[in-house]
Amino acid sequence: MGSPVQGAVGPVAGQSAGVDKAAPTRRGTELLLLGFAAFVVTIALMLVEANQEQQLSLRIVWYGLAFLGLFGVAHVAVRRFAPYADPLILPCVALLNGLGLVMIYRIDLAMTEKAIRLGREINNDVPKQILWTTVALALFLGVLIVIKDHRMLTRYSYTFGLVGLVLLALPAFLPSVIAPTINGAKIWLKLGPFSVQPGEFSKVLLLVFFAGFLVSKRDLFMAAGRRVLGVDLPRARDLGPVVFAWAVSLGVLVFQKDLGTSLLFYGTILVMLYVATERAVWVAVGLLLFVGGAIVAYNLFTHVQQRVANWVDPLATYADAGGGYQIAQALFGLGTGGVGGTGLGAGRPDLVPLANTDFITAAIGEELGFIGMAALLLVYTVLALRGMRSALAVRDTFGKLLGGGLSFLLVMQVFVVVGGVTKLIPMTGITAPFLSYGGSSLLANYVLVAVLLRISDAARRPQTGSRPRPVPQAPIAEAHTVMVERPT
Amino acid sequence: MNTPLRRVGLAMIGMIILLLANATYIQIIKADAYREDPRNQRVLLEEYARQRGKILAQDGNGQVQVLATVQPTNDRLRYLRQYTNGPMYAPVTGFYSVRYGAGGLERAEDEILNGSDDRLFVRRLSDLITGRDPRGGNIELTINPAAQAAAYNAMTQAGFAGSVVALNPKTGEILAMVSTPSYDPNPLSAHDGAAQEAAWKQYNNDKAKPMLNRAISETYAPGSTFKLIVASAALEDGKTKDDKLTSTDKLQVGGSELRNYNRGFCNGTPDGVTMEVALSLSCNTSFAQLAADEGTDKITAQAAKYGVGDDGLSIPMSVQQSCLGAAANCMSIADKAALMQTGIGQRDVRFTPLQNAEIVATIANGGERMRPQLVKSILAPDLSEISRLSTDSMGRAISRDSATQLRDMMIASEGKTGGDGKRPGLNIASKTGTAETGNDPKNTPPFAWYVAFAPADDPKIAVAVVVESQDVAATGSKLSAGIGRATMAAVVGGG
Repeated sequence: MGSPVQGAVGPVAGQSAGVDKAAPTRRGTELLLLGFAAFVVTIALMLVEANQEQQLSLRIVWYGLAFLGLFGVAHVAVRRFAPYADPLILPCVALLNGLGLVMIYRIDLAMTEKAIRLGREINNDVPKQILWTTVALALFLGVLIVIKDHRMLTRYSYTFGLVGLVLLALPAFLPSVIAPTINGAKIWLKLGPFSVQPGEFSKVLLLVFFAGFLVSKRDLFMAAGRRVLGVDLPRARDLGPVVFAWAVSLGVLVFQKDLGTSLLFYGTILVMLYVATERAVWVAVGLLLFVGGAIVAYNLFTHVQQRVANWVDPLATYADAGGGYQIAQALFGLGTGGVGGTGLGAGRPDLVPLANTDFITAAIGEELGFIGMAALLLVYTVLALRGMRSALAVRDTFGKLLGGGLSFLLVMQVFVVVGGVTKLIPMTGITAPFLSYGGSSLLANYVLVAVLLRISDAARRPQTGSRPRPVPQAPIAEAHTVMVERPT
Repeated sequence: MNTPLRRVGLAMIGMIILLLANATYIQIIKADAYREDPRNQRVLLEEYARQRGKILAQDGNGQVQVLATVQPTNDRLRYLRQYTNGPMYAPVTGFYSVRYGAGGLERAEDEILNGSDDRLFVRRLSDLITGRDPRGGNIELTINPAAQAAAYNAMTQAGFAGSVVALNPKTGEILAMVSTPSYDPNPLSAHDGAAQEAAWKQYNNDKAKPMLNRAISETYAPGSTFKLIVASAALEDGKTKDDKLTSTDKLQVGGSELRNYNRGFCNGTPDGVTMEVALSLSCNTSFAQLAADEGTDKITAQAAKYGVGDDGLSIPMSVQQSCLGAAANCMSIADKAALMQTGIGQRDVRFTPLQNAEIVATIANGGERMRPQLVKSILAPDLSEISRLSTDSMGRAISRDSATQLRDMMIASEGKTGGDGKRPGLNIASKTGTAETGNDPKNTPPFAWYVAFAPADDPKIAVAVVVESQDVAATGSKLSAGIGRATMAAVVGGG
């Protein structure tokens, strides 16, 4: 596949000088914003060090520069392999990842203090997370280099779907030696010193599969079924994908007790189905199934009942085993933080269990206050909306569907985790994208961003010469539009 | 396909807005409820995690002694409060406990020590910028460590329960404030909850009441030391120390007889004695009669000028009110019988040791009463001075001439007083007192008082000692005088 790829890049590279004037790549903006992100992260680290009464030294500046260097490499790769990619996406990711590292380091300090007090072994997470960030950026580079055009993913959509499904189901069927139950969920694989959550990767893989599948079968879903009371009901056999998504989600819930992934997966598939078919009735059907599934799950599983009870009033179940202690502590932290927060490094986010993974947003809300929390949410919004914008601008339906799905996945994940921490919805164990400690989540999210960048590159890349051959799966309707175009 | 994408985009914005609205509710509207929830340890931890200020005292040579400090720890409270010479200084420093709150100066000056006082605001600005917890200011005491140690050691070595208060008569500075038996505040500030509880229970179940600060929170019948007030009233009324008083062996007071200590005539003569002799021999009949002659109003007014009946005095710990009558009518004396008994410090009259120290300090200061104070200066965390004690006159209790006469009478009294610790080079003016207590006074252990100042011609220290005597035969001179003299000698020396 080497030579055709070279050929595809060739003309673009050759014309770059002329193209730069016509359609700016805006890579300079990206570099400037990356510098700004590195600056913010360095200041945050400095505040943590000052408040934790660590020695303030030039060391911090070196850390900041190393951080900038790491993302500088990513920037150069984007410049080389996706020059027209959206300039805001990478800086948003860098900012989130950097703040996450600072928070994980800050919680490490608190945990070290506790470990010394209790005479336990000191276990710092931040070196591991830095390693994971580096690995994730390498993977990011790899995805950008290997996938020259996001449309080539459609060729492997069924493979991705199968692999995604296997990865998702794997921990549930493996013995506890390899797949232990951690925090009540059986979603981990233990490989030597490392633990991975294969489900994180299957999110992206299954999304790619669904985008490909929906695009190829789109016309089928568009076909009307019976009309009842002015609403076009889908045909029974077209319910397949919804039922499939529903079944997989329920399976994750039942066998792995992972509410978060289950919710995330199902919600995203539903939205993609809606985008592909442009029919809201799918959402209605999906929500009905969700409500049904939720009621069944609530009645069958005590852990679901407990989550709901903890959500309704975490202070009432405060002292129960598996009760609202964690959420109550998060709320205490958020309340203590108030509008302006306690200051980075000056709060007590370590009082909340799992402060550096699922509850890292509570830690940020406590130390940076409502202002910091709002800023964080807005960075996520900018990131997701830039992805959505790329999806709107890209010309092929697969790109639109995948871009839209990935962007929604990000927001959905933020909604589920922040909503859970702030008692908007029941708490489901899930990580905050780019912030939380955890290699699998980080790697998967960097793959997601690489794909988004690839789509946005395709969306903004000026069309030159003959258009690439039409996508085989493109619906006839689109081809028809080309034919009636006037030659003027 | 773009229309549904746009709608999904709007839905995403809607989801974020929902999160923001909910965060507003949690972090702004409900913030106080969550912050103040008793299960939220954050606020408590924050207060206890502050680097609390030190409590210091400077001795005569300018050496600073640290009475209370903090030790950094590895636990959540971050700093452990530690007291050097805990029991000796416990009545001054008080205690600081996560579980049981604070007492003594730790409570009275909490805002300075924990750093939240407004006077520390400017110095706290740099901390505010970084959001760092404010550090506490330091308190330097007026306590003279030598006097405190001398008084405490004298009391504990003799195994006495009681109190010693020493003042600088010219400034009102409290040089020593001892209460025995005492307690060690260190276990109360331990971070181990069980250790705190054990110490708290032990101190509170102890019948000897080690946590009671006898110097300012307990009152005792002043006994013969009250004769100083009666003498003051008479001197202010124009009498002199050489005026004759009755020396009768008994007075009919109400339904009972009032006798002298030796049950005989004062000075062995029925012909009357001078006030000076009567005071030096502490004749009950002479002063009971003198009090009756002066009348309730003059005695009450004179006592009030010395500060008896003052409510709300704080040093900065609040001081128990000293009274002439029963608690309900603090400054009233019921009738003539009560007046005569009050005149020799019996019946309902009750003074704190600090009150009695104030009276001798006033006499030592030529009649002008100075406000007793315990805090010499408030220092910022970097030990720069924020405020310094300003001496405060609380008015003239007696004229300079009366004070001089009283001094001479007290010098004579010291000459008649036995007990340990007399020093040839040290000219002391003093008065002893033995207050009967209980319903069966003759068989109940008395309170033994000794109030004094030295050197008599240029007073540098005034002291009040009270011993809750276990010995029925004890008198003030035997028990308390030695302790008082040792305390004064620690400050003014003497050969």
